[in-house]
Amino acid sequence: MLTKIGEVIESNTTEFTVECYELYTMPPLGSLVRTADAPVEIYGIVCQAGTASIEPGRRPIARGKDETSEAAVYQSNPQLTKLLRSEFRVLVAGHRSDGKIYQYLPSVPAHIHSFIHLCSSKEVKEFSQSFDFLSILTSTRLPISIEDVIAATLREMSRTQTDPHAFLIAGGKSLTSILGSDYQRLKTILMRLRQ
Amino acid sequence: MEPQTNKILGIVTAGSVEKGVEVRLDSAASVEDMVVGRYVTIDGKKRRFFGMVTDISLGVTDQEIAIAPPDAADTFTAEVLEGTATYGALHVLPMLTIGGDADSVTEGPQPVKTVPSHFSKVKLASEQDMDLVFGKEDNSRFYIGNPLDMETKLCLNLEELVKRSNGIFGKSGTGKTFLTRLLLIGMLQKSKATNLIFDMHNEYGWAGSSEGGQRTVKALKPLFQSKVAVFTLDEENSRHRGVSTDFVVKIGYDEIEPEDIALLRQTLNLTEPAVEAVYQLRRRFGKDWIQKALEMSDSDETKDLLQQLNIHESTFQNLKRGLGTIRRLPFIVSHAPMNAVEGLLQYLERGVNVVLEFGRYRDTTTYMLVANMLARRIYNHYQQRMEASMAGNVTPPAPLVITIEEAHKFLNREIAGYTIFGTIAREMRKYNVTLLVVDQRPSAIDEEVMSQLGTKITCLLDNERDIDAVLAGVSGKNDLKTVLARLASKQQALIFGHAVPMPVAFRPRDWGTEESYKEFTHGGDAMKQAEKDIKDLFE
Repeated sequence: MLTKIGEVIESNTTEFTVECYELYTMPPLGSLVRTADAPVEIYGIVCQAGTASIEPGRRPIARGKDETSEAAVYQSNPQLTKLLRSEFRVLVAGHRSDGKIYQYLPSVPAHIHSFIHLCSSKEVKEFSQSFDFLSILTSTRLPISIEDVIAATLREMSRTQTDPHAFLIAGGKSLTSILGSDYQRLKTILMRLRQ
Repeated sequence: MEPQTNKILGIVTAGSVEKGVEVRLDSAASVEDMVVGRYVTIDGKKRRFFGMVTDISLGVTDQEIAIAPPDAADTFTAEVLEGTATYGALHVLPMLTIGGDADSVTEGPQPVKTVPSHFSKVKLASEQDMDLVFGKEDNSRFYIGNPLDMETKLCLNLEELVKRSNGIFGKSGTGKTFLTRLLLIGMLQKSKATNLIFDMHNEYGWAGSSEGGQRTVKALKPLFQSKVAVFTLDEENSRHRGVSTDFVVKIGYDEIEPEDIALLRQTLNLTEPAVEAVYQLRRRFGKDWIQKALEMSDSDETKDLLQQLNIHESTFQNLKRGLGTIRRLPFIVSHAPMNAVEGLLQYLERGVNVVLEFGRYRDTTTYMLVANMLARRIYNHYQQRMEASMAGNVTPPAPLVITIEEAHKFLNREIAGYTIFGTIAREMRKYNVTLLVVDQRPSAIDEEVMSQLGTKITCLLDNERDIDAVLAGVSGKNDLKTVLARLASKQQALIFGHAVPMPVAFRPRDWGTEESYKEFTHGGDAMKQAEKDIKDLFE
């Protein structure tokens, strides 16, 4: 049984934002997560994460002048875990309907308050049998470099594979056919995939 | 290599009947495994195509890659790009096709008249495919070698082959003699044709040298004692080499005709009027004209005679000098004890193949004089017999194949019209006599003669004009050019023309080992099997 790590607090067709239940428990960049909405489970890739004050107007202040470690700061100020929250942004990469995975956008976006799970190795492996989702990622515009997100995704997924190198090569080849006319962009991603 | 045959090499992306098709290599197939001259099959929607790889190239989808390639140490990027943004491409020349319906299968492979559709799968040709195209070794097919990089046996239908004149070409030292010997063996075994070989370098009778020249290998006589007779012009030389001969050729003055002299005009340095004078002397003196002409002294009688014949004094001297050269040839005698032509014909009619060794007399004059003299008379004989058989009641003579080396000396543009070999090459099989032309300068051979050669086998050639001459009139000439120019300098050859359904680059079978001799003399497994089958049938 998978444990939920957060809830959707903002959602549209192409992406959704998740608030973590615990501070700093957001999954690594490029991780595969999914909603548990029946009948359509939506898969997404973590593309950006952050922690900020729950009130936009109230900025946190430095509190550790007399403390020896970061953990000690939180210990002496237990209210902090309630005043701060961790969020992450997820790009929709596909969905599962009737037990089958489709790597294109679902017909409806995720509901607000949908529970979000981090996918198990088995699920990641199943999802990464096809690289069609890469074309959704490459066409997305983000405030951060999407090339970094794509590279992080492939790296994350490669960890679950029996032959990570072969997986990265195959992923690279798929990217090459998608980005055929944009060698520079391809090169940027490949540089980040190199081990 | 063979397990690869069922793997898909790539897919067809473009093409035309005239220029051949472009195949994009699959990323799993390495461009370095491909070789020009290899066979591929293309599975079209309605028919299968057989083709030959004639060019291999590298391509990029984005010019940027060629301009700013990944770092040499960056193997990851190179691996990713390989087969996707950078790819190998094959240029394939489709040559034969087999339709999918039952009729087409029984008809066998047909010449290509269309191209496979887009994205048709391309595979390496398998053994079965090759067998389908080239047939298996049997009573009329002779195994001459293996297509490059394949185990399949390339078999030639020799009955078909000897129906036309054929040519073997290649630079000196590329294995022409070796191939010729192989083909002669094939004819001995599998066809009804008899052979007459003008053996300028004494390589086809008893022993020849191997391709490296380091060791001697058996030639025709030791392997087929009863089927081959060795004639010699130079008994002494044969004795020195310790080989026995069946017939010593001597030529009498009375056997030399004016046409024989006309042909030697250039080698004997005769003027036009001198050649004219030859005909006049022949008319005047009859058969013994050479003897009489040489005996003529500088007397007034001679002057009167020359005046009568309207021959100028200097012309006569020029002619006399020329005839003197012929007289000095040791095998020329005033009257031959036994007629060489008749001797030859006796053997040939019994179905015995004749190798005529020239011994030490390897100069052009001897070779041209003897080869032409004998060939002309033999041809006339065959012509008469063939005409008699056309009139009815006589069986036509068995086909005769005359092998000539240094063919450009007989068949060059100036004299091809006069020599008997020119006539044989042009008139071809009408009189059951054909040629096997062996030469290293095909460009020097008359175009008309070249165009009449049915099947051509060529080893490496690197002179542009020679390549053009050999490939003249072949479809897909430019593509074959690439293949021809890239043959190894030894043990590789390209065969195309009448006797093969499509051009093939091949490696001739082994020769020179005990095993190979055994295979040849027993006619290979197929013959053995056939003999056994017949035996079983009657038991």
